[in-house]
Amino acid sequence: MKQKIFSFVSLFIIVIAIWYLAALIMNGNQLINNLERKNQEWTYQQVISQAYEVKRPMLPAPHQVGQELIKSIIDKPVTSKRSLIFHAQITLNSTLLGFVFGSLLGILIAVGIVNNKTLESSLMPWVIASQTIPILAIAPMVVVVLGAINITGVIPKAIISMYLSFFPVTIAMVKGLRSSDKLHEELMHTYSASAKDIFWKLRWYSAQPYLFASLKVAIAAALVGAIVAELPTGAQGGLGARLLSGSYYGQTEQIWAALIVAATLGSILVWLVGLAEKVLLRRRGELTHA
Amino acid sequence: MLAVAEQTTLTEPSLTVKPKREMISVQDLSLVFPSKDGDVHALSNINLSIKSGDFVSFIGPSGCGKTTLLRVIADLERPTSGSLKVNGTDAEDARLNRLYGYVFQAPALLPWRNIKQNCALPMEISKQSDAHKNKQIDKYLQMVGLQDFHNKFPWQLSGGMQQRASIARALCLNPDLLLMDEPFGALDEITRDHMNIELLRIWSETQKTVVFVTHSIDEAVLLSTHIVVMSPRPGRILKVIESPLPRLKTLALRDRPEFHALASEIRSALAHEHAID
Repeated sequence: MKQKIFSFVSLFIIVIAIWYLAALIMNGNQLINNLERKNQEWTYQQVISQAYEVKRPMLPAPHQVGQELIKSIIDKPVTSKRSLIFHAQITLNSTLLGFVFGSLLGILIAVGIVNNKTLESSLMPWVIASQTIPILAIAPMVVVVLGAINITGVIPKAIISMYLSFFPVTIAMVKGLRSSDKLHEELMHTYSASAKDIFWKLRWYSAQPYLFASLKVAIAAALVGAIVAELPTGAQGGLGARLLSGSYYGQTEQIWAALIVAATLGSILVWLVGLAEKVLLRRRGELTHA
Repeated sequence: MLAVAEQTTLTEPSLTVKPKREMISVQDLSLVFPSKDGDVHALSNINLSIKSGDFVSFIGPSGCGKTTLLRVIADLERPTSGSLKVNGTDAEDARLNRLYGYVFQAPALLPWRNIKQNCALPMEISKQSDAHKNKQIDKYLQMVGLQDFHNKFPWQLSGGMQQRASIARALCLNPDLLLMDEPFGALDEITRDHMNIELLRIWSETQKTVVFVTHSIDEAVLLSTHIVVMSPRPGRILKVIESPLPRLKTLALRDRPEFHALASEIRSALAHEHAID
């Protein structure tokens, strides 16, 4: 535990140090360019002292992002449109909805593929092709098409989350549902078990470790999908909308603050799936080491 | 601790032996596994008859087809030629009617089910009532000495306990025929002795037919009424020896000359074949 904390803290310090250095170089260059354009004299001392206090910096320093985070999380009420919590919660809604539907769809497709050879050859290429299309190209179309039939709000965003999150679940579950121990399959055979019994009493459980591994990927993908879906839709709320308005107005602190909230939210979601995995699979003795 | 209790009951032979009928009948059975480097004759011209209530051991070196023959009886492999009747029907029907219980070399317990739920599995599949399930599980877990471990998961038990649980699971369906593939192969000798004596007791109490694969001569002598000596390349039966020992044996019997005589008869049958090899 001590060692864990130590390695986490050391890496954190290294990242912050690199960040400060990068901010100095990028913002410093910007400062030097501005000063030279105005034919003003400059010294390195001047640049170093000002690099971390530029308005609209190219790369805000960690403490500037920190200030923005405090301003938009703690200082604003949760209901305010300037509160990052408000936006995070909007993104979370479509993330979770998309994740649930995506996981169910992923499992459903995998069950189909495992039980039917023709489905495997007919469906699998489409499943893979679906993921080679950039989500940024698909997202606006989905939003526009659904908007035309009066479906707006959380649903189009959830559909894009679903589009991204079903894939890892399908791939993992196809493998998981086929991963049952040969000995256990023979055991079921000696009981002359039906296909239904073999699925529900053996394959489904054998697939669970694979399922949880893929759910961790899926929930992170669902979050990305929700944020991407908020970018082109002119959405009023959500972390994506916050990123977009930040880039419109050159508010880099706002962009970085939104990114940090998104990353934190993603980590929490993945951790929660991991927790569910532990609780559900611990008794199998396979996770005693974890 | 279990063996001590056994010995008193074992001295009283069960007198109500059911009339014997033919449980397994094998005629000219062969099984060939085709492979790139030529066909492998796993079983060649097997003829064998096993009567109900018998305890029959298949013994021989690895590759002699003893496990394969058991798997053919269980309909886990299909013979290439020849005929096989299990309880008067073919092997597939016997399996579909859940006539036999199969005990694998490994316990093959489902890791996500506790011991009780594992034992319930075959009865869930054959759709038996909860009351019946509970009664059977209690009875057979008691019989294998695991009544206090019913809510433990497989990984919480030792290898010997896991194998006992798998035997209880096979018994829960109350099959007429028990097919056992080196069930105690992975156990230490002390546990193995316990298990052998328990198996003898269960067999004598239930009057089931047992077909038992082993590569231990002592185990075959201690358990069997009939010993089928097999040989590899191609897998075939060398000799079927009917045991002159009583049906109900004790561990003490191992020090008796009759025991050694039978063991040496098996050994010489095996050795004779190896001399030719």
